[in-house]
Amino acid sequence: MTIEPFIIKGLIAGVIVALVAGVMGCFVVWRRMAYFGDSLAHSALLGIALGIALGINHSLSVIILCSLFALILVWLQNKGIFATDTLLGILAHASLSIGVITISILEQIVDLHSYLFGDVLTVGNDQIWWLVIGGGTVLGLLTYNWSSLVLMTIDEDLAQAENVPVARYQMLLMFLMTIVVAISIKIVGILLIASLLIIAPAASRQLSKSPEMMAMIACLIGVISVVSGMYFSFELDTPSGPTIVAALTALFVISFPISRIAMKKN
Amino acid sequence: MTDLITASNITVNRGGRKILDDVSLKVGTYDFITVLGPNGGGKSMLLKCLMGFYVPDQGHVIKANHLKVGYVPQKFSSVHTMPISVLQFLNLRKTLSSNELERISTETNVTDLLHKPLNVLSGGELQRILLARSLIGKPSLLVLDEPAQNLDIAGQLAFYKLLTRIYEQRELTILMVSHDLHMVMATTRRVICLFRHVCCSGEPQVVTKDPEFKTLFGNDMAEMMAVYQHGHKHSHDH
Repeated sequence: MTIEPFIIKGLIAGVIVALVAGVMGCFVVWRRMAYFGDSLAHSALLGIALGIALGINHSLSVIILCSLFALILVWLQNKGIFATDTLLGILAHASLSIGVITISILEQIVDLHSYLFGDVLTVGNDQIWWLVIGGGTVLGLLTYNWSSLVLMTIDEDLAQAENVPVARYQMLLMFLMTIVVAISIKIVGILLIASLLIIAPAASRQLSKSPEMMAMIACLIGVISVVSGMYFSFELDTPSGPTIVAALTALFVISFPISRIAMKKN
Repeated sequence: MTDLITASNITVNRGGRKILDDVSLKVGTYDFITVLGPNGGGKSMLLKCLMGFYVPDQGHVIKANHLKVGYVPQKFSSVHTMPISVLQFLNLRKTLSSNELERISTETNVTDLLHKPLNVLSGGELQRILLARSLIGKPSLLVLDEPAQNLDIAGQLAFYKLLTRIYEQRELTILMVSHDLHMVMATTRRVICLFRHVCCSGEPQVVTKDPEFKTLFGNDMAEMMAVYQHGHKHSHDH
């Protein structure tokens, strides 16, 4: 069997997304940002709609729209009238709906299904470049600021007392999330991005003894899931996103007995 | 005696309300200051201003050059979703030599905890870990924000005893917000009663007799304090 170039591109894209989501996902799990990530991903559809309408790159339009989404959220949070989950629920579904309406008005043939559930085998060259640059930025900034981000996650007051610019780092994490969302849409789809961010770190949590170890095992679990998910997606002709998430879930379930065995050894 | 921190006439407004109103305060070397006052009286905001996290709307805060501050936060609920050992937590963003680690962990009695995960510790153990972390790098000032709030009476007693020992051995300065004045009565050198403005301040014995103290905390509290000063350390139901 010869390996087709589109499969290789898909694999490269999938592995990059798994690595980025593994590290970013740890912060999502630690800082309870799961609902934020999910809402951000929902709002991304409006970003794609705008990208199509204005004829600009979809990743760029998603990053811009999601950043705007995050800023509006912070602004509304500071007003303190509604709880964060209420605000997220409103913002996410409003932008998802407006996004779908915009796409249907545009009278262009748009494969909505592939945006919602991912289509890793149609990844193009420019997409790979976005993944390398976007993913590299996320991984680079997270690694470079690692200990400050970990300390801030453990206790914000303590971090502030030790001269960590907490507010700036919170904005940084939000911005990095928008990049992660933008580059993962092709791979798992809007509806399943949050699961990519949560399941691998959650499985890794039980097997790790340090934050770094948790991030690395999450990356490993992510890569295994993406590769095996893509294989089955290709073999069974199923959408890539759900198949990858199914593989992740299987590894999550297996992590329970493995952590038991590991605990007994210690 | 040089002053470590001098705050002059600081005022903080938030949402149209004065949280701090013209507060002036000096923190000197080897001081042991306890700030007390009702909730919402601006205690935590005062600490934030003194430590420079928050710039007051009026007035200013001057810190001594090269002042090293150790901080013990108010509420510390370790992140259960993050696997991290005590030792790694102590080392986060700190340079800790093995000598200093040994000294601090003996001092705060955390040697046996170093290799445990942070999220299995009891409230008292966590407080000792935070105290240990605040001592890294030999600070000249320790700032504690209601450090024993979540501990039971026995835990509070043990924690304040430890704090007193560190204060005496290291000869550092302590600035603390606390509700448990009766616990620190014997050590604290100065009490500042804060309800948006400084209601009264001075040595504990003097402050408890101040009419302002009685209006703020009631006669019963003042009388109870008077009892504690004579060293009858029995536990009390609140």
